[in-house]
Amino acid sequence: MTGEVAPTGSLVQVDGWDGGNATGVAKGSNGDRPVAGRLGSVVIRFAGDSGDGMQLTGSQFATTSALIGNDIATLPDFPAEIRAPAGTLPGVSSFQLQFSSGEIFTPGDEPDVLVAMNAAALKVNLGTLRVGRTIIANTDGFDASNLAKSGYSANPLEDGSLDGYRVIPIPLTTLTMKVLEESPLPKREKQMCKNFYALGVLYWLYSRPLEPTEAWIAGKFGKLPDVCAANLTALRGGYSYATASELFDARYEVPAAPQQPGLYRNISGNKALALGFYAASVKAGLPLFLGSYPITPASDILAELARLKPQGVITFQAEDEIAAVCAAIGASFAGAIGLTTTSGPGIALKNEGIGLAVMTELPLVIVNVQRGGPSTGLPTKTEQADLLQALCGRNGECPTVVLAPQSAADCFDIGFEAVRLALMHMTPVFVLSDGYIANGSEPWLVPLESELAEIPVHFAVDPGGFQPFLRDAETLARPWAPPGTKGLEHRIGGLEHSNGSGNISYEPEVHEEMVRLRAEKVARVARDYPPVEPWGDPEGDLLVVGWGGTFGALRTAVKEARSRGLRVSHLHLRHLNPLPENLGEMLQRFARVLVAELNLGQLDMVLRAKFLRNTIRYNKVQGQPFRSTEILAAIESAMEGDPR
Amino acid sequence: MSTAVTASEAPLVPQYTKRDFVSDQTVRWCPGCGDYAILDGVQKVFATLGIPRENFVVVSGIGCSSRLPYYINTFGFHSIHGRAPAVATGIKVTRPELSVWVATGDGDGLSIGGNHLLHAMRRNIDLKILLFNNRIYGLTKGQYSPTSEAGKKTKTSPYGSVDQPMDPIALALASGATFVARAVDVYGDHLRQILTRAAHHRGAVFIEILQNCPIFNDGTFAEVENRQERPEHALELEHGQPLRFGRNRQRGIRLRQNFRPEVVETGEGNTNEEELLRHDETNPALSYLLCQLQQPEFPVPIGVFRAVETESYEAAVHRQIAEAKAARKPGTLDGLLRQGDIWEAAGPRA
Repeated sequence: MTGEVAPTGSLVQVDGWDGGNATGVAKGSNGDRPVAGRLGSVVIRFAGDSGDGMQLTGSQFATTSALIGNDIATLPDFPAEIRAPAGTLPGVSSFQLQFSSGEIFTPGDEPDVLVAMNAAALKVNLGTLRVGRTIIANTDGFDASNLAKSGYSANPLEDGSLDGYRVIPIPLTTLTMKVLEESPLPKREKQMCKNFYALGVLYWLYSRPLEPTEAWIAGKFGKLPDVCAANLTALRGGYSYATASELFDARYEVPAAPQQPGLYRNISGNKALALGFYAASVKAGLPLFLGSYPITPASDILAELARLKPQGVITFQAEDEIAAVCAAIGASFAGAIGLTTTSGPGIALKNEGIGLAVMTELPLVIVNVQRGGPSTGLPTKTEQADLLQALCGRNGECPTVVLAPQSAADCFDIGFEAVRLALMHMTPVFVLSDGYIANGSEPWLVPLESELAEIPVHFAVDPGGFQPFLRDAETLARPWAPPGTKGLEHRIGGLEHSNGSGNISYEPEVHEEMVRLRAEKVARVARDYPPVEPWGDPEGDLLVVGWGGTFGALRTAVKEARSRGLRVSHLHLRHLNPLPENLGEMLQRFARVLVAELNLGQLDMVLRAKFLRNTIRYNKVQGQPFRSTEILAAIESAMEGDPR
Repeated sequence: MSTAVTASEAPLVPQYTKRDFVSDQTVRWCPGCGDYAILDGVQKVFATLGIPRENFVVVSGIGCSSRLPYYINTFGFHSIHGRAPAVATGIKVTRPELSVWVATGDGDGLSIGGNHLLHAMRRNIDLKILLFNNRIYGLTKGQYSPTSEAGKKTKTSPYGSVDQPMDPIALALASGATFVARAVDVYGDHLRQILTRAAHHRGAVFIEILQNCPIFNDGTFAEVENRQERPEHALELEHGQPLRFGRNRQRGIRLRQNFRPEVVETGEGNTNEEELLRHDETNPALSYLLCQLQQPEFPVPIGVFRAVETESYEAAVHRQIAEAKAARKPGTLDGLLRQGDIWEAAGPRA
């Protein structure tokens, strides 16, 4: 991640590589050349038109790298428009990934290599690239029209403006057309294969095998033999071109990372959440019902669970967000696991329904894959500004449990935990994911079913003494008596009601009692969590506190700060309401507390209010994740201030 | 679902009376409210259906109509304003074996909850939706509703409402409900007959129940509510029968050219009965024509406008799941988690 960095990656060990001027590298005489160096980690950003297939190209590279044992982290970044006009700046879509031979937590702050499929892609992404790094440019994407659309008055590949970078110009479109001369596909479709050509070039450069992508192409286009053949030809063509041409002086290796033994799978946050919910339904022995309305960036969870028909998962694509949450509430009343998934604007619509679930004390899981707001905001960009909405977005005293996954793989555990807590405590549970971890991916150590906790479910069946709001002495949860249970006929609703009987009551004391009971019930959920401990030291000069998808950047920065001798620790909260019971005590163990969030200080406000603890806040709201260097700078700056 | 909830073991058809469906809650509607008659009808019909009491669920939104579940001794859910069809959808899809009823009103169902009502009917989910239409907001004390007549003076329309009213039956037909009917709160026999047919229908049921609000909109359906006036103002629809009404059933509905209906006299020297329109619950064009009959030119049609059977939504959902299971074995959780691009890191599992 840090330290000396070579143009094409972070070097751990160099053989014949002189840090950018590779003239000394021995060139092979017939085709393949020797491996010039072993790199510790590399960050590549693929950028092109949103129709150029950059997401696919990037995820193929990531998957292949994962399969050969690298640690990986990915960052898709795409416009809200499906196909903005070709060649324009708003139409640029990119996919960044870091692959490494050591443990990494983020897709990297800035790319070592930028693959720019056209002039617009270069213009949009050049700012993220440090001088000295590599640009692989598709020269066919820099014609007069491309230059005009992206606002270049001269071709940057030729006017010397990129002199500080290592530019590798390749006419990717022309070369793709050339290898596809024999293909019967129309010209336009042939051109669309250029992303695989580019991928082939990079596979050679970083010594990746072609087989995983070849298998993917065969599976994907098996029914379209011409398309299948053309994509395979383009991929192999790019690889051969890189082998034979002298564009690159050398190729590199990024060896496998040491990983905890076990079975791994490359997974995105949205997929992991879907699987976590389903796994919980298996362990609870209950059907899973998802009510949802499509919204970016949460729709994939609906799509993922809709595939699980053979497993009996019921997905209901509702007419709107409100119907989605209400149907999930109905399903919970009927004895299933009611789930609804959306993003911030959808939560704004669902909040009255969530209040009903709080009032009727039904289990319900609500997913908010946060994006930039307010209103429609930045639909495809990430943010953490819905914490207060989750904590206090509804009318009345209306507490829910709030959880936040810290990475793509952690989404599985948080999804599972959300269901468990909802069922055990008869309460709605929020899951605050975000666009960054929802679409990003990383290796996930796949658990065995036998390692997952059983989720006990106790339906009320005995009419003797049954009352719908008679509570469990320990958790204060009310009994769950789904329709169809003889002798347990009862009515629930959104009106205030008496404890025990559930009969409507507007008595002042009844209301206060119930408000306090509902609050206490949620507060007691904290008894179910293990105490939190900071990563690093149990006490010190500074505690960096974060939550949700910023985990990787924070952990990377804290690790680096500690390697520089700073007494810094990291605490990443996965349970945001109720907060862990030992949190207040822990905050007191550190001289300073730095709360870093992608909002204007929402968790910070909660911590200050709850623990009367002075804090330092670090905030960013640009629709982009933190860079670890930003956090590192914030840590260093915080260390300069007076403690407390 | 049957695995999760103890299915009631009731080999014998349970014998109930209305009393079995009376809850312990005091009914709190205004004296003279039409809702009492509807409650009575629902309780009596529930007792006759042979469905175990615990398998009924009554779901409602907000409004006077939506207090109904509290008074019926079954499972009940008093939800939030306009959302009853959505809550009920979740219940029915999860548990198709339950008999799920929705109580709503002209404000709850047609105004704030219009979208859910429309889509529940479009999907043909097996919900029995009872829309109590009293053409007024009662619980909020008398504001005009989506079915209030244009020009109606209320607290919030002191100069008369400039809104045009909507017709609930037309909405139901357009949305695709497969059982669409109109009943009147005080026609007990007729109401129970319609409710009974509705209970046996598989698919989306929509029943508009004309209901008097004695406090805020008294007499809004006076002509059809009044026992003496009723025969002259209500046209009772019977499948396969000519459209006749009047004290001696002496009048009828005939089509002029261009699909325009007209009221004609029948009998000696008048229109031949053969010329009258015959009701057909399966003919959508006729159903729509009937819902357009408006007073004072025409009588108010009551009864079943449309009744057709097609696969209901929840049946389709569970058929699809069953087919998917048959075609592709669900497999184990471990198998599912290990799909996609997986790799093994060396060494024994930690």
